[in-house]
Amino acid sequence: MINVQNLRKEFGSKVAVNGVTFSVEKGQVLGCLGPNGAGKSTTMRMITGYFRPTSGSISIGGVDMLTDPETAKRSIGYLPENAPLYSDMTVASFLGFCAELRGLTGTAKSKAIDRVLELCFLESVRNQSVDTLSKGYKHRTCFAQSIIHDPDVLILDEPTDGLDPNQKHEVRGLIKRMGQNKAIIFSTHILEEVEAACSRAIIIDRGKVVADGTPDELKKLVPGVNTLDAVFRAITKTEG
Amino acid sequence: MNKAIPNIKAVFKREFFAYFNSPVAYVIVVIFLLATMGFAFLFGDFLRTNNASLTQSFFFWHPWIYIVIAPAVGMRLWSEEQRLGTLELLITMPISPWHAIIGKYLAAAVVWFVALCLTGTIVGTVFYLGDPDPGPIITGYIASYCYALACLAVTSAASAFTRNQVVCFIVSVALCLLLTLIGYPPVVDSILKSLPTWGEGLVKAIAYTSFMDHFYDMTKGIISIRDLVYFASVITIGLIITDQAIRSKRA
Repeated sequence: MINVQNLRKEFGSKVAVNGVTFSVEKGQVLGCLGPNGAGKSTTMRMITGYFRPTSGSISIGGVDMLTDPETAKRSIGYLPENAPLYSDMTVASFLGFCAELRGLTGTAKSKAIDRVLELCFLESVRNQSVDTLSKGYKHRTCFAQSIIHDPDVLILDEPTDGLDPNQKHEVRGLIKRMGQNKAIIFSTHILEEVEAACSRAIIIDRGKVVADGTPDELKKLVPGVNTLDAVFRAITKTEG
Repeated sequence: MNKAIPNIKAVFKREFFAYFNSPVAYVIVVIFLLATMGFAFLFGDFLRTNNASLTQSFFFWHPWIYIVIAPAVGMRLWSEEQRLGTLELLITMPISPWHAIIGKYLAAAVVWFVALCLTGTIVGTVFYLGDPDPGPIITGYIASYCYALACLAVTSAASAFTRNQVVCFIVSVALCLLLTLIGYPPVVDSILKSLPTWGEGLVKAIAYTSFMDHFYDMTKGIISIRDLVYFASVITIGLIITDQAIRSKRA
């Protein structure tokens, strides 16, 4: 579903992403790990069509993101970092707006809104202004927006950031369930999440993929350690 | 292309209601009405001139009011989107950036249309008190609206460059003021007087690019295709710059 080849992004003289290549099939959940500033968000922004790559190619379900972005974006749901929302709207009207941009109207639109409100436990704040929501609710509202059109591809940038332990557990479960028939990429700093929800993980450091495999395979990468945490530190530290 | 209309409509609807969900639109419309009426009655000597034409007393002041108030309406268009981070959301939706640019611009344009319609009371007044020629009043309104749209296009472009609404406001006011003054007859005349004759052509050419140059003719009751094309080009250029600025944020 997602095919990324030799992706490279330069900001001035700084190389943020340097030759990233990977692919994700339907039914896979790919965890994206890496230290802050490693290029995770930049990579996701390129896959979703926000940033234009300096070079490389991105294809979503066989559609090239660079030559036909409007079609490619249709099958993507995206939760940006920090979950941005229009602060002057209510939860339901925000979701309605996103549904309309996804081409949903009439009953299809209201059904989609009801479905995601239920999935993301937002029914109690349906008509509340986004401005007055707590961080967890804001985050889930933006998450709800990403699945409103039931996309084949989900790109989630730190989907559990700012949630309490119960909500983290719920979202992880949701990602794992949806991963059965979607291709999902999500980034995180929490390593247990990778073991809990991912079928595969990559570690990105200084713009490059430095490890790629199932969580169990990753654990065996560095001899003498047996937790993902230790592997992560060993890989992202020794490489420079 | 068949998706363009629903997309533009969705963006327009959100943006338009955003104006009226916050105090912004109400405050601006009220201040606009106070300013237009205040200038007309106090400085325009609307009642004392005993003249039922609105050109001198009413429309004369509009450009100066727009210079300050149009940027106040337009400054949130793209600055707010960048400050909230929702630009990323909007751009990753399956729509062309142009749908968003046009939808947002139309929302601000309709807010102006509402504001301008509410000044209709003064038209009622002149028709009650006198027997005015409706022609210049209609063209005056068209000229006034074109002026507001041109200022909004400038503001739209400025707002795409910054996430800070205050910066956008100041820059837009300065640009609108500049584009007004370079064609304001007293300014142009005094420059012409101090320049030798060879500079005349150049000064006139610069004055021709001003909003003011095209506004005056229209308030006198002359609608020429030339002036309408001029304002349409200003709007188009403003929106193209908006598009380029948003593009550069993503490059």
